[in-house]
Amino acid sequence: MAKHKISVTVNGAVREAEVESRLLLVHLLREVFRMTGTHVGCDTSHCGACTVILDGSPVKSCTMLAVQADGCKITTVEGLEQGGKLHPVQEGFTEKHGLQCGFCTPGMMLSSVALLERNKNPSEQEIREALAGNLCRCTGYVNIVKAVQYAAEKMR
Amino acid sequence: MIPAPFEYHRPSSLNEAIGLLKHHGAQAKVLSGGMSLLPTLKLRLGSFAHLVDINRIPGLDGIKEEGGFLHIGAMTRQSALERSELIRTKYPILADAVPLIADPLVRNRGTVGGNVANGDPANDEPAIMIALGATLVARGPKGERTIPANKFYTDLYTTALAPDEILTEIRIPVPPAKSGGAYQKLKRKTGDYAAAAVAVQLTLDAKGAVASCGIALTNAGPTPLDAADAAKFLVGKTPDANTIAEAAKRAAAKSNPSADHRGSVEYKRDMARVLAGRALHTAVQRAGGK
Repeated sequence: MAKHKISVTVNGAVREAEVESRLLLVHLLREVFRMTGTHVGCDTSHCGACTVILDGSPVKSCTMLAVQADGCKITTVEGLEQGGKLHPVQEGFTEKHGLQCGFCTPGMMLSSVALLERNKNPSEQEIREALAGNLCRCTGYVNIVKAVQYAAEKMR
Repeated sequence: MIPAPFEYHRPSSLNEAIGLLKHHGAQAKVLSGGMSLLPTLKLRLGSFAHLVDINRIPGLDGIKEEGGFLHIGAMTRQSALERSELIRTKYPILADAVPLIADPLVRNRGTVGGNVANGDPANDEPAIMIALGATLVARGPKGERTIPANKFYTDLYTTALAPDEILTEIRIPVPPAKSGGAYQKLKRKTGDYAAAAVAVQLTLDAKGAVASCGIALTNAGPTPLDAADAAKFLVGKTPDANTIAEAAKRAAAKSNPSADHRGSVEYKRDMARVLAGRALHTAVQRAGGK
């Protein structure tokens, strides 16, 4: 089986790798690049813990091949903090207690960041719809919605 | 979960992709959005020695009206359809359905062509294309051919596409004045397939009677089902509560669901009846009828 040389831009840095066809994007991030902020939850395309932003759109990195991301720009949770300063969405999750165990949080935050880039002033309904592919099994979603609203206000 | 090994191909033209499919035959599978294919490979419910990724082939996506048809490129992402002003204003049957497909993350990758060509009776867009009277455009080594959506689905996961053909486009006749459509889907939660779902597209005549009608069912049998008898029953009649109830009953009679965790055969068939009634009512209202 041929290997593929790929180049991806992860959080602004160009990274190269030689990958098997079947390597999943989430495994490229976690096991090849050793960036373990992106989580594997259900591994069946339901839970959204593995969400990353790919060329501007949030996607499930467990349901995409690494080789498909060749040439693409990826944002992971490690890329949200800039210069020691938390992203407003990260700050929102802290301030509004938008997490309990934290397992779903990276995916939740990346879906939220992508939403706020598209829609500066989302309604509660729009926030809930944008997060419909991300499951939280601890808290329910009330504080998560508040966290996104906090970030939206902060970013305006 | 890790898929079994395969060779990955990324052709840059349609002809190159078709050449790969022709060469590798049944060993090859087209990779579009991958939202059904990757889970299938990961769960090892299926395996293919060669994946032909058509994501980088230019010209396979887009939504436009031209020459009396709405053209939807096969690689159009569900999220693009969801955000299209044209779809929102003129094709309510799709505007109803797309937000109910999987979840927003899946819709960012999943494509209309993949949904239609996969041959999964639980996918939503096949029934919609049947109700809309759509034509599916396929390209293969011998060139292009068109297949009516209601002749496309031959069995479970089996379609009229040859192994070396690729679905490139869906053509939907632009609905005339006094047309309306609707999609009604019952599902337990976000991301679930339908327990039952019904697609309706109809046009009224000057007197408010049904001039033409398409009704199709999702996840009600081994293929998406064309409830043509129920649709034909409505043509020429005023779509009042009684005729709609009778048409809904006839549409449900067409269904042949299997019992599973989403419900019994009786439940699913009755839900198909209820949803058909609701979809017909909504479609009539949207067409400007009463």
